[in-house]
Amino acid sequence: MAQGSTIGQVAPTVAPRSTAALPALLKDAALFALVTLGLAIPVVAYRTDLGQGTGLVLTGRWGLVASLCLAIFVLRLAQRLVLAEVSRRRDARILAGVAAPPVAVRPARILGPLTLAIALTLPFLAAFGSGGLSEGRYWIDLGILILTYVMLGWGLNIVVGLAGLLDLGYVAFYAVGAYSYALLSTVFGLSFWICLPLSGLFAAAFGILLGFPVLRLRGDYLAIVTLAFGEIIRLVLINWTDFSGGSAGVSSIPRVNFFGVPFAAGEGGFAALFGLSFNPMHRVVFLYYLILVLALITNLVTLRMRRLPLGRAWEALREDEIACRSLGIDTTITKLTAFALGAMFAGFAGSFFAVRQGFVSPESFNFLESAIILAIVVLGGMGSQIGVAIAAIAMVGAPELLRNLGFLRAVFGEGFDPNEYRLLLFGLAMVGMMVWRPRGLISERTPSVRLAGRKS
Amino acid sequence: MTLATIQDAPPAAVSGGPDDAVLIVDHLTMRFGGLTAVGDVSFKVGRGDITALIGPNGAGKTTVFNCITGFYKPTEGMIRLRQADGATYMLERLPGHDVNRVARVARTFQNIRLFPQMTVLENLLVAMHKPLMRASGFSLAGILGLSGYRKAEAAAIDKAAAWIARIGLTHRADEPAGDLPYGDQRRLEIARAMCTDPVLLCLDEPAAGLNPRESGELNTLLRLIRDEFDTSVLLIEHDMSVVMKISDRIVVLDYGIKIADGTPEQIRTDTRVIAAYLGVDDEEVAAVEAEVGLTGASA
Repeated sequence: MAQGSTIGQVAPTVAPRSTAALPALLKDAALFALVTLGLAIPVVAYRTDLGQGTGLVLTGRWGLVASLCLAIFVLRLAQRLVLAEVSRRRDARILAGVAAPPVAVRPARILGPLTLAIALTLPFLAAFGSGGLSEGRYWIDLGILILTYVMLGWGLNIVVGLAGLLDLGYVAFYAVGAYSYALLSTVFGLSFWICLPLSGLFAAAFGILLGFPVLRLRGDYLAIVTLAFGEIIRLVLINWTDFSGGSAGVSSIPRVNFFGVPFAAGEGGFAALFGLSFNPMHRVVFLYYLILVLALITNLVTLRMRRLPLGRAWEALREDEIACRSLGIDTTITKLTAFALGAMFAGFAGSFFAVRQGFVSPESFNFLESAIILAIVVLGGMGSQIGVAIAAIAMVGAPELLRNLGFLRAVFGEGFDPNEYRLLLFGLAMVGMMVWRPRGLISERTPSVRLAGRKS
Repeated sequence: MTLATIQDAPPAAVSGGPDDAVLIVDHLTMRFGGLTAVGDVSFKVGRGDITALIGPNGAGKTTVFNCITGFYKPTEGMIRLRQADGATYMLERLPGHDVNRVARVARTFQNIRLFPQMTVLENLLVAMHKPLMRASGFSLAGILGLSGYRKAEAAAIDKAAAWIARIGLTHRADEPAGDLPYGDQRRLEIARAMCTDPVLLCLDEPAAGLNPRESGELNTLLRLIRDEFDTSVLLIEHDMSVVMKISDRIVVLDYGIKIADGTPEQIRTDTRVIAAYLGVDDEEVAAVEAEVGLTGASA
């Protein structure tokens, strides 16, 4: 109310709109309720139950339909009123010449360090919160899963978010990395620490291999070809039984060791070396920090690349390819480097996946994985690092959250299983995103360099 | 591209004079299927000059531009670019991006092609891709944060800042280029092209859509480029107030054929140019065409 006087002056010009339109609002809400009724009649109104004999009996559920329509009517009315109020206030502010409030004062500034701090201390938080390292295993495993997707999201962000090349087959490079480690370690007995960089290199090579034929394509066409490439890799892994073990996959992959020291109970094990009592959780915690470091390297390299000429050329390529060519930028090389670097990080992540699971099979690398990673990048806001991290937490962590909502049974009755509502909630979240944040959670782009405040 | 590089025996004379051409277009022909967009056009762009390419709509001006800047491969003809040190490049043989990277021909577009989400400063830094790439060790040294790259980047930012100051956008340097007013976007595109250190700058309708004040600012910028940089300018323009004021030489195209070539004074009084621009009665057209000798050539 500090600006009461200024708003008061302009109020007459703005206020009538929301009050005078009340009948229109009611009509609009009634229309929504009518649409709900139309949708509900075939879907909700009748339930088929088994009768006494062999036939099915229709049970009417008109009370439910009525309450649905009423709920939609009220919700729509409330939504319109709230929206009208919000826009009225904004109009008043604009008319009064007051600048818009600083929108969430650069969320990345606060969110980034906060997320990092939680990520760094998660094993300890889990151990404290659950009363023991072994009891906190669930949370650490969940952390590993989320961080894997964060890393994949950051890797794909280079290709999709920065270079603007829509890649629907990103999981293929993940598979190349995973199988590289699985096969190199089981066949040649190479250590994880040698295989990790090799997996990245192999995946990057595959990135270039895919990049060459598709360089001239853009947008939809590129998406289709990369989708096909992802399927080709999966089908080769399934059908080339001599090489990859077919659908049975590769099992008994050597587990991770602490730079040569195994996580074993006996003499010369990790626990004995550091004078700790043996705990199988040491390996899990090490895996957690390993994927955290890998993900942070991905992030660091991406942030650095954005400030390098090559990274700027990627972004310029996303904006206008023809202008890039007229400025002497070799678009072929530029696209290939984006593909190769993105693929390399997927290769690292794949190698980590194999060492964590101890088993790989083609089922882990289907199209759904590509779609989830792409959804993480798009929901997070293309090109935004912290946005991708938040989206990964939401996409991977939220389904897990549903498992822990068993207490809702007390409210909704004994047969209630929150997991069944996963896809419904996912769909609602998608619709919400499209309405309120169509360009992703964090859509504003941070310039890679600033002239203001620079000392010359 | 050793094939496309021919070292002229004697280095070209000191700049200036009609014989010292930076660009020589020889018998350029471009056909799209059965349509001849440009037919046997030859002209020269003098070093240090501002040369204007004019003509009615559809005369083939932009096609000539696209051939020069490597976006089209001409059906016939030769386009030679001679740098001040005598190195000569056959532009029609270079891959698209090498026309700028190696031969140092820069261009702007009829419909502005900035990188709209990137800031003004970033737009100019993208134009300095080649020297910065080399300084960053093709990103390897840059990733490791070696100091050589940081120095090169600081120098590039200084150069960009100087250009931003020249086009009067210092206060908006960190804003997305897409948010700028139209006239500023036009000048920014020219500045971006200049950041590639071109010997020849090709401007495709730089004054299109500008108001008189913005046109004036554009003229000032073009004169500054001609006077203070070793850059020759070739421009397509419809705005005769710009063309007549700043051009040293004018080439007129109509229906893909060159109908006149000379100084602004000569062009102003040329009957064929007047006929092409103002239109004449059918009989007169026939008379003029007979006079020019292109009956049947232009359908």
